[in-house]
Amino acid sequence: MIEFILNKRKITTEMANGVSLLDFIRKECHLPGTKTGCREGDCGACTVMEGRLYNGVLKYKSIVSCLTPLINVHGKHIVTIEGLGMDELSPVQQSIISNGATQCGFCTPGVTVSLTSHLLAIDQKDPLQSIGGNICRCTGYKSIEKAAHEVDDLKNTIPRGNELKSIIEKGWLPKYFSTIQQRLSEIEPYQSSDDPNGLMIGGGTDLMVQQYKEIRQTNIVSTEGRLPDSIEIEGGKIIVGGGVTMQSFFNSQVIRSEIPQLEEVFPLIASEQIRNMGTLAGNIVNASPIGDLSILLLALDAELILENRSGISRQVKLCNFSLDYKLTDLKAGEIIKFIVFKTLKEGGQIGFEKVSKRTYLDIASVNSSISIVVENSTIAHFSYSVGGIAPVPKYMFKTKAFLSGKKLDIVTLKSALEIIQTEISPISDIRGSKEYKRLLVRQLFLQHFLTMFPKIITPGEIHMLMTNKQIPHEKH
Amino acid sequence: MKNIDSYGHVSGSSVYVDDIPEITGTLHAVPIYSSVAHARILNIDITRAKNAEGVVDVFMAKDIPGENQIGGILPDEPLFAEDEVHFIGQPIAVIIAISHFAAREARNLVEIEYEELEVVIDPREAKKKGHLLFPPRTFANGDLKKGIEESEYLFSGSVESGGQEHLYIETQGSYAIPQENKKIKIICSTQGPTIVQKTAARVLGLQMHNIEVDVTRLGGAFGGKEDQATAWAVMAALAVYKLKKPVKLILDRDDDILITGKRHPYSSDFIIGLDKDLKIKSYEVTYYQNGGAAADLSPAIMERTLFHATNSYFIPNVKATAFSCRTNIVPFTAFRGFGAPQAMFVIESAIAHAARELGIDKSLIQERNLFKPGDSFHYGQVCNSGNAMKSWGTLQSQYNVEAEKQRVREFNLNNTFLKKGISIMPICFGISFTKTPMNQARALVHVYQDGSIGISSGAVEMGQGVNTKLIQVASAAFNIDYSRVKIESTNTTRVANTSPTAASTGADLNGKALQIACNEIVDRLKRKAAEILQADQEDIRIKNEEVFVGNKASGLYWDELVETAFLSRVKLSEVGHYTTPVIDFDKTIEKGHPFAYHVYGTAMTIVHLDCIKGTYAIDSVKIIHDSGSNVFKSIDRGQIEGGLVQGIGWMTLEELKYDNKGILLADSLSKYKVPDIYMAPLSIEISALETDGDELALLKSKAVGEPPFMYGIGAYFALQNAIEAFNPNYRPNYDAPLTPEKVLLGLYEVK
Repeated sequence: MIEFILNKRKITTEMANGVSLLDFIRKECHLPGTKTGCREGDCGACTVMEGRLYNGVLKYKSIVSCLTPLINVHGKHIVTIEGLGMDELSPVQQSIISNGATQCGFCTPGVTVSLTSHLLAIDQKDPLQSIGGNICRCTGYKSIEKAAHEVDDLKNTIPRGNELKSIIEKGWLPKYFSTIQQRLSEIEPYQSSDDPNGLMIGGGTDLMVQQYKEIRQTNIVSTEGRLPDSIEIEGGKIIVGGGVTMQSFFNSQVIRSEIPQLEEVFPLIASEQIRNMGTLAGNIVNASPIGDLSILLLALDAELILENRSGISRQVKLCNFSLDYKLTDLKAGEIIKFIVFKTLKEGGQIGFEKVSKRTYLDIASVNSSISIVVENSTIAHFSYSVGGIAPVPKYMFKTKAFLSGKKLDIVTLKSALEIIQTEISPISDIRGSKEYKRLLVRQLFLQHFLTMFPKIITPGEIHMLMTNKQIPHEKH
Repeated sequence: MKNIDSYGHVSGSSVYVDDIPEITGTLHAVPIYSSVAHARILNIDITRAKNAEGVVDVFMAKDIPGENQIGGILPDEPLFAEDEVHFIGQPIAVIIAISHFAAREARNLVEIEYEELEVVIDPREAKKKGHLLFPPRTFANGDLKKGIEESEYLFSGSVESGGQEHLYIETQGSYAIPQENKKIKIICSTQGPTIVQKTAARVLGLQMHNIEVDVTRLGGAFGGKEDQATAWAVMAALAVYKLKKPVKLILDRDDDILITGKRHPYSSDFIIGLDKDLKIKSYEVTYYQNGGAAADLSPAIMERTLFHATNSYFIPNVKATAFSCRTNIVPFTAFRGFGAPQAMFVIESAIAHAARELGIDKSLIQERNLFKPGDSFHYGQVCNSGNAMKSWGTLQSQYNVEAEKQRVREFNLNNTFLKKGISIMPICFGISFTKTPMNQARALVHVYQDGSIGISSGAVEMGQGVNTKLIQVASAAFNIDYSRVKIESTNTTRVANTSPTAASTGADLNGKALQIACNEIVDRLKRKAAEILQADQEDIRIKNEEVFVGNKASGLYWDELVETAFLSRVKLSEVGHYTTPVIDFDKTIEKGHPFAYHVYGTAMTIVHLDCIKGTYAIDSVKIIHDSGSNVFKSIDRGQIEGGLVQGIGWMTLEELKYDNKGILLADSLSKYKVPDIYMAPLSIEISALETDGDELALLKSKAVGEPPFMYGIGAYFALQNAIEAFNPNYRPNYDAPLTPEKVLLGLYEVK
């Protein structure tokens, strides 16, 4: 039995827990404002808001309903465009109209919900990120952008502390929102069937795409609520729960203070809605050779704590976890309970680079991550991972071995480039030709050093390397 | 005036086909289509599918009561393949079940045996094999030989432009409902209600009056629902005909992207000749249009390619030839610009190539050859406007193009791995359906006895704001408040024989018809008012809902006037009928005056390029656009921005990849990328070139749907410009889209 609140209404349903929230909203509840666009989380037309209690406090975020299995909305408040309706238009709606930010209107409910979520998502400072996952084919976006900035300006007028209450008081959300926290607290936890044959799902952002197309499994076992979703720091180690979403990872104070370099790469990974749903653990078990988080965590030399149904756990290094294309060391019944990695050493740096056809909300052609410590011009620690060039997210053992202990200079990098090319084996596919990927791997490798060590490795030297000119140091 | 649908859109209450509350007993249809690109069908076994849970029936070619034919221009496309399939996605049958999911699930149980045949996907290869969809055409003027002789420089080359998926966010869909006496109503997401009506009647063997097609609005179309909406509507109608139950057919995205037509890829060759003064003396161009497996709208699209061969440039000696090549891909179709963008990309590439070879700035050639009043287009129409030069000149002065170019040069000198690029893109786009008979429209106006008004026309609202424009026209004609005017759905029983809403003509044609109808009624009301006020009809005016005699307010208000007129049995309804005057075209000599008028404009695009990663962003696009009177400011701005960004997408990022088996590789939104909010130019500035407009444009405000798309071509050349700034060895090949992959390979290309 799944219970949740849909707009004002309490829903209790016996429907299969793997049905998508989108179909449930449209077909069972006859609320057609939420649109079906792509069923793979790539267009945002089906965006709804999810309200959830965190330690008793109600918080909202945007999610795509097409990839949300019903099981994952138990105990939550789901708000569709209809649930935002009031006698008067909300300032978000007014802003969309006054900026001419709607043409055919099919993406508009999704845009409206995403921008309303922006008002409520306190951690999100960038209004473009809030609507980055919403595709509009008509407007060319400038009008939507203006509306988004207006909404952001409004958001900045909300006094800090109990923002939700202020927003309701201002009349920007319907009054019934003030009853939700109480009503949600009255819903009992989900009684999971714990079916060993059920499909284990985290945020659903990958499996639910396949669920519609081919899997059609009726019984889903969700990791949500079963796995720790906190991020702790303990004895020089960062311990990330298996239930942690990408968004909470990126917003975590621990991550922001320990690895501040990551802040600018976060927007490159998925979209707001997908980050709000997808978990790090899911990205790892999905085993895509191009998974952004896998690549990042590989360079951090992460370890996984796996746990089976009997509660027995074992530890495995992430670099040994992927065995072959979409094949991992995960045994039947095991889940990733924790992801653990060391904090960066004093002077340590981490870099993540990604190139995809479209810069945002796209799967990488090649992604690349480096974690490095340089002491007295010598590479004291070096870990390096590359995606999109092998059947698995590739941990670059050979390159690591070569660079460790070497002097950091352009000659070393030049030699490393040769090793790298022997360590990768890209194939041509929809994400690019193998020649392109080989070139990209080189470019991103050098980009890391240009970003991290602009004083040691100069743009001029990099330019020479890239354009195959002879490097002066080499002459002797 | 803002889009009148805005309120419904932001509150989620606007209704699209899939949102209509379903009638109890509604069945759901899913098409079954070919999984191979070319094959003989040996056997189709539907037994298992038919017996599957929830399945009601499966219909194939043999179940069609009328003609198994949906080809709009040429009869070369069956609704269901019978003996052979010619592309992946070609419909073979339709499966009807109690739910969409049941139908989709059971589809996997249909077993089709094929004997595979040779697959051709390349248009040049098709041409070599003689696979043409219809005979080629050539548009020519002057004397090409003489032009070549007069040319100091001759340059030749080849140009490729890729296809483009429409990616309307609302997929194709229809809901067909049985009516009494075997009649069928089809609620459809189509730009062409009459095409659907006519084709459904043809396939079902019925007279057209038995089919009613109704359209409220589309969730995007861009040409993709002109002909391509028809097949699905007809399948739903066929199922209704057979089962006497309401049937809904909404394509899933993964089906839609695979089985519906897209923008035509083109492969072209050019030879361009210039004299010492950079005047283009000769231009010979051959287009190999990849038409796909059936004609669809390709004849008309190919024709428009030929019309726009020289873009905004006067060239005295032109020979433009086009072949529509039959390949084993889903038939390509209308998409914003309709063949013109492909033609413009070729001429711009030819000019860019010439400029590069001559070592000069491309703009020098562009500027020197712009159309002047009195110049002849190569198809015989005489240019009557100076707006090509005026928009170019205004751009130069208003946005100081030379200073921008200097800034770009300086930026490039000061940066190793970041380069900027700049380009200027003029456009010239002819307005009218190139098939003259299509340039007609009707509008039905009812003034109700309380003074409110209902309007029906042939125009379909798809986000372009035509309904808003119509309301503006009606309220101006009657001089009453907008709130009194309502636009009805587009329905074939109220307005018959409609042309599709396409070719940027929707507002002009239907708006003019509406004006005619409104003016008729206004005349009658004025006559009545003159009678009531015992004044001369000549002196009667309606202003802000009040009747004036001369300049004197009469105290007689709109609602009272209407009520009195009604009681006096004045006719308060009218059908306006409009045909575009002047236009004609003689295909036997390929000469005439096919366009009511042309829309001009010029855009400056500046991009910046990360030369390490090959990624780029559009910094700014500044546009001087020939709007005419510019009375629909807000709507038109949206069209210009939207068209531009779609054009940028086509030129940079949107890549339809097929493998040699004819399989579409970019078959989902995770693989086929369209611009997102970050891809939009950081700034778009648009200035209207406010001119007298054109009498043939609605309220003298020129059509705006398609022309701005072609400003997007500027992004291609700006990017090339930036690549050249980094890599002196770069040899541009004109092969769009210029994806980050091609950019990076270009940046590091060696001699």
